[in-house]
Amino acid sequence: MSAPVGAVGREHPRLEGQDKVTGAARYAVEYPVEDVTYGWAVPAAATRGRIVRVDAAPALALPGVLDVLHHGNAPRLTPGVDADLFLLQEPTVHYRGQFVAVVVAESIETAREAARLVRIDYDTEPHSTVLSEHHPGLYRPDKVNPSYPADTEDGDFDAGFAAAEVRIDATYRTPAYHNNPMEPHATTARWQDGRLLVHDSNQGSSPVQATLAELFALPREAVRVVAEHVGGGFGSKGYAKAAVVLAALAARQVDRPVRLALTRQQLFGPIGYRTPTIQRVRLGADADGRIAAVCHDAISQTSTLTEFTEQAAVYTRSMYAGRHRRTTHRVVRLDVPTPFWMRAPGECPGAYALESAMDELATACGLDPVELRIRNDPTVDPEQKQPFTSRNLVACLRDGARRFGWADRDPTPGVRRDGRWLVGTGVAGASYPARARAAAAAATAAPDGTFEVRINATDIGTGARTALWQVAADALGVPVDRVAIRVGDSDLPAAGVAGGSMGTASWSWAVIRACEGLRDRLRQAPGGAVPADGVTVEVSTADEVRAQRPLPRYAYGAHFCEVRVDADTGEVRVPRLLGVFAAGRVVNPTTARSQLIGGMTMGMSMALHEEGVLDERYGDWVNHDFAMYHISGCADVERIEAYWLPEEDPDLNPAGVKGLGEIGIVGAAAAITSAVHHATGVRVRDLPVRLDKLLEEQAEDGGSNRDGVPP
Amino acid sequence: MRAFRYHRPADVTEAVALLDADPEAAYLGGGTNLVDLMKLGVQRPGLLVDVTGLPLDTVEPGPDGGLRIGATVRNSDLAARPLVRRDYPLLARALLDAASGQVRNMATTGGNLLQRTRCAYFQDTAKACNKREPGTGCAALHGQNRELAILGWSERCVATHPSDLAVALVALDAVAEVREPDGPRDVRLTELHRTPGHHPERETTLPRGALITAVRVPPLPFARRSTYLKVRDRAAFAFAVGSVAAALDLDGDVVRDVRLAYGAVAHRPWRAYRAEELLRGRPITAELAAQAADAELAAARPLRHNGFKVPLIRNLTVRALTGLAGSVRP
Repeated sequence: MSAPVGAVGREHPRLEGQDKVTGAARYAVEYPVEDVTYGWAVPAAATRGRIVRVDAAPALALPGVLDVLHHGNAPRLTPGVDADLFLLQEPTVHYRGQFVAVVVAESIETAREAARLVRIDYDTEPHSTVLSEHHPGLYRPDKVNPSYPADTEDGDFDAGFAAAEVRIDATYRTPAYHNNPMEPHATTARWQDGRLLVHDSNQGSSPVQATLAELFALPREAVRVVAEHVGGGFGSKGYAKAAVVLAALAARQVDRPVRLALTRQQLFGPIGYRTPTIQRVRLGADADGRIAAVCHDAISQTSTLTEFTEQAAVYTRSMYAGRHRRTTHRVVRLDVPTPFWMRAPGECPGAYALESAMDELATACGLDPVELRIRNDPTVDPEQKQPFTSRNLVACLRDGARRFGWADRDPTPGVRRDGRWLVGTGVAGASYPARARAAAAAATAAPDGTFEVRINATDIGTGARTALWQVAADALGVPVDRVAIRVGDSDLPAAGVAGGSMGTASWSWAVIRACEGLRDRLRQAPGGAVPADGVTVEVSTADEVRAQRPLPRYAYGAHFCEVRVDADTGEVRVPRLLGVFAAGRVVNPTTARSQLIGGMTMGMSMALHEEGVLDERYGDWVNHDFAMYHISGCADVERIEAYWLPEEDPDLNPAGVKGLGEIGIVGAAAAITSAVHHATGVRVRDLPVRLDKLLEEQAEDGGSNRDGVPP
Repeated sequence: MRAFRYHRPADVTEAVALLDADPEAAYLGGGTNLVDLMKLGVQRPGLLVDVTGLPLDTVEPGPDGGLRIGATVRNSDLAARPLVRRDYPLLARALLDAASGQVRNMATTGGNLLQRTRCAYFQDTAKACNKREPGTGCAALHGQNRELAILGWSERCVATHPSDLAVALVALDAVAEVREPDGPRDVRLTELHRTPGHHPERETTLPRGALITAVRVPPLPFARRSTYLKVRDRAAFAFAVGSVAAALDLDGDVVRDVRLAYGAVAHRPWRAYRAEELLRGRPITAELAAQAADAELAAARPLRHNGFKVPLIRNLTVRALTGLAGSVRP
């Protein structure tokens, strides 16, 4: 007998897994389209200035080229929707790499070649592309992403810090990071009878539909956006971006379907990136490590087009106790692309800074860094002054310490040696908000006893489709094999983006309500019979989500790691990375583990490898491909383990989930850099921890033998 | 990318004649570098002459020891040869530390030696590069140059040669068998690659159209005690930021002979003759190895971001030589 309940919490492979690995799953530019043409985006070769002339003739002379769109001839877009998407409308160049033309041709090779032949002359102006704490253009924004106040103050930080027995005052720097999903931003666009249909790679096709409707001055129903399979986004596809707009413009211009995919090189900038940050953290504590004063000042950059301020110091507002508190954000408009969401915007760089400062405080107090965090675990939210709906940071730290074997750790830095390797361990805490957005969903019962659930959720590879299918089966009270789920199409009931770790919480909320509604309806049906055309219930959670009390809701985690640093070369390897998380209910352990391990890996990559290397003369990142922008590989780490604690929090959402997409990256980098310090005695406060930084420190300190360790 | 013609020649003579006849023709080996550069618009050949079908894909022992490696032998095949692993461990190591499994399955011996620099400015047609477009300047000289040269560079070019294999072959005094329009010729590996000087666009001493058909590795019994140490920014699939190829011949603890070459420090694989000279005839110690490296690196002129390569190469030299010395002790 098959159990009718209990799909949630069980391992299940991704429903579309086989389609993906066999190539049957279609991505945005893989749909067969008759009469299709190919678009190729042309980036600006100036950093700031104006286009004074576009000579498309050499490109148009190439056989197979259909058109070259630029600001002088492209179809008009609605102004005021989004400055970053007001593409090919004006001659102004705001940053190097901004798309200033699109070539459309009969083949992708011809389009690429023709793009090279488009001659553009610029009137250039002096530019400013380097973030610095001394930049005269720094200002306090009205709000930081998405809508937090820029500054907060509670108590008297200056007095509290001055009176503290132990003080840490450290500045941490992070470089630009680039999202780099496997599938680039890519679109197939076609117009038919005044309607626009796009197959687009994005994290939420309802918002993309809305933006396209505004830009092209169409009723929303005249735009359909399909994103059935998406090869990742890491936040960069959380909103309509250049590719979909350029493809739609080009398709309108040539009156044929257009496929346009950005190159890997073109993903470094125009689609958003994580801003570099400069973060000063001050912690004042008593000799026992109890924090009295905490201040986090975060500096980041935005573009001249749109203000986007990474909320790096927001993490500090709720993480650890301390009576006197201050957080600030300053931002500067540079001649650079607009930064955007990248996995845990705000929390990721913010936690790197705060958790690193906590490690420095532990060292200064002679206290174990796990114990320091436990001592400073607040009972109510330090700023909101309200109890957390659930807060299991201490449980994560304790469980992680037990699993990792932390207990007998010698805190002395730079004294453990295994052959050529200096060995160290590190720990960091993590938290990420558990939020939800409104969504709509529909559930249909068919006479044969099967069900279909529809919601415009987006599965960007996370397993969202599978998780919602499990949730739906339980909500309907039937085995999963009687349920079909449809996602990824703006014709389905509207839902928000796969982002902010809100996907499963928001979407399952709507799915559950739709399924509950359907069960009610079926109970009322005469004789329980389902008519031939089925029974459908469609719901929206807008009112329910709006009515939710504004309580501090967070997921928590703790990272533990071991690193090895080659004493002669400064090379860093990670034998072990272990994370324990408390993130509410876990719907599908298979895909949950994948999300957590992915986040932790990305955090390790941030600590050790990733860095957009800016050339200020050009104002772009010179290492703009996968050969030069290094992302951690399997050989860099031996073992990654992710665990989670059972957690029931009735104050979240009907599924009881907190979201897992981001918590894994938060804090991971600080655990690694703290372990590097434990191994070598060297504190690297500007990421990534490259071998040259460790080599230079060692050279200054008299070589690898400086701690009295025999070579 | 530019539309191109593609041809598979029947033999070496036809291949060389095709290149000789067409100034826009280029040889295609595994394509692991050229095809990327074609997409980027850095190289724009009108005709690709695919040499991978030529009968140059065997590895044979030489008449009196040594090896003869056909130019189209794939990197992964060469690394797997028992003869290579036993007699020339530094070759196998250099091959296996390079690129990824997939790239090694495609890349050929000849193509590996003739691959282009991975200098970021060379690969970006929107930036100044004397190697790509002579006379436009070198954006790397005062740009982001952490990965670039410390030895033998010129104001015109600070690029490094990216091959690991070439460093090992230079240490071994290998010889390239080359077919030119006028006939065959031998070119010593130590003389194959150039320093940039005034003409960074000329990377090798080969005339246009020359085809490497094989690489001969002379017999060197003590190469069984050899190693290749490569340091890179991540543990796999990354170019070296510094590497050392070394082979050591000891009489007791006295250096009877030694081979030492450095990678990722110059426009060519860097044979460390000065260090070798200092080492010969002296008892091997860590101090001597460091002195030898210092003697070789005395000529180093680090750029703004790559000063770390000097201590890195010194440390690698010490590790390589003391490691090899240790491995011959009972």
